[in-house]
Amino acid sequence: MKWLGSEAERRRELEALLKADWKELPRALIVEPATSKYYYTGDWRTFKPVRDKGKCIGCLLCWVYCPEGCIYITEDGGVDVDLNYCKGCGICARECPLQAIAMVEE
Amino acid sequence: MGKIIAVEDAHAAALAAKMANVDVVAAYPITPQTHIVEELSRMVAEGELDAEYINVESEHSALSACIGASAVGARCFTATAGQGLALMHEILFIAAGNRFPIVMAIANRCLSPNINIWGDQSDIMSSRDCGWIQIFAENAQEIFDLILAAFKIAEDERVMLPVAVNFDGFYATHVVERMELPSEEEVRRFLPPHRRQTGYLLNPDKPLTFGAIGFPSIQFELRRQWEEALCRSKQVIKEVWREFEEVFGRRYEVVEGYRMEDAEAAFILMGGSAGTCRTAVDRLREKGCKVGMLKLRLFRPFPREEILEATGGLKTLIVVDKHICLGGLGGPLFNDLRSLYYGSKSSIDVVGFIAGIGGRDIRVEDFERMFERTIRGEIPPEKYVFLVRGEA
Repeated sequence: MKWLGSEAERRRELEALLKADWKELPRALIVEPATSKYYYTGDWRTFKPVRDKGKCIGCLLCWVYCPEGCIYITEDGGVDVDLNYCKGCGICARECPLQAIAMVEE
Repeated sequence: MGKIIAVEDAHAAALAAKMANVDVVAAYPITPQTHIVEELSRMVAEGELDAEYINVESEHSALSACIGASAVGARCFTATAGQGLALMHEILFIAAGNRFPIVMAIANRCLSPNINIWGDQSDIMSSRDCGWIQIFAENAQEIFDLILAAFKIAEDERVMLPVAVNFDGFYATHVVERMELPSEEEVRRFLPPHRRQTGYLLNPDKPLTFGAIGFPSIQFELRRQWEEALCRSKQVIKEVWREFEEVFGRRYEVVEGYRMEDAEAAFILMGGSAGTCRTAVDRLREKGCKVGMLKLRLFRPFPREEILEATGGLKTLIVVDKHICLGGLGGPLFNDLRSLYYGSKSSIDVVGFIAGIGGRDIRVEDFERMFERTIRGEIPPEKYVFLVRGEA
């Protein structure tokens, strides 16, 4: 099936589907691919990375090391984290040469 | 019209796959199944069957290749036995859980150790919870017919599950028997060429994800869905076997009775031992014993209502298993049947015999002795007995 609505609507629809009773689920969960575009996968995180803008020099090592690819470069050349997908692994905080990233419990 | 042929049972399985006009055969040879895939390989090589024959490096790959082919809509067949089925174990679940209508012949063989290539049911019974439809055939005709029907069952949109057709290694596979081979026209009438209607087909233009991650929040629901699909397939199996009878004239029931009229006791078993058991029942009947036999043709889904109906008038049910649930409570069929009757209104006495392990003959006299020991009340309190030297 081809989805024609907005990503936000699609996300709501998929999330509702994944909470459905067993009779309502798509057979064997065979669905369209790339559903993570619509389905957030960051909800098992315990700690989230918080960047200290004063310390950050924009070296982008965190962007290099992030295994999820959820650190993105902002328009001003700095970095930010897409918390919808960040699993809270803390690799960015560990690799940051200036200790500009702290892992904060949510 | 069909014709009467003499055929090795293994070749009957190959002929069924050929007449089903399979698109893909992916298989790895293993005794006592080898003659099946050897024959299919010959058919493809000599142009008798227009199919892809994939020589794979293991049974794990054999079933994986079938899954890939089935995902694009191909009609797929494979065969294995014993250790081969054990090596497939992981993929058995993938095939059934993702609902691929693959058909597999299993020439039942004892699992190692010790190295033993002969027949018992320890291979399939060790994989019985894999979510496949599991059917047991007795002879060449049943093997041919039930494999042919298996494609129609598996591919039914209401089912979409793989089917395993089991039969005895060596006792069946390596025996030449009389069989009625139907004509191409009859087969086409029963089983049209494969045209998968389902929306779940791999296609680069309409991509799909098979086997996506099932988080704890959803996996249970998916398992429940699979269980329901397997249980519900029973109605389709019965329907397809009735259609089979209309076209070919041979009747298949999920549980088949022999001399059950006025019977007070009956044997119940699966596979080729039924033939020997019939002779034992005849001999016991000559002596005036009110005994019959039930051959269970469908093991999964377990046909509980049909078994309850077939055993309704019985006082004693003698279960013959060719596998031990090691460390458990006897044989697998015995366990299922005891569970079926426990708490029911039935006062039937269910006793179990474990026999024929590792290809040990179960002779006519063995069945007669099982009956006599049961009737004389010689069965121990736990209700099951091993027919083994030192105990039997």
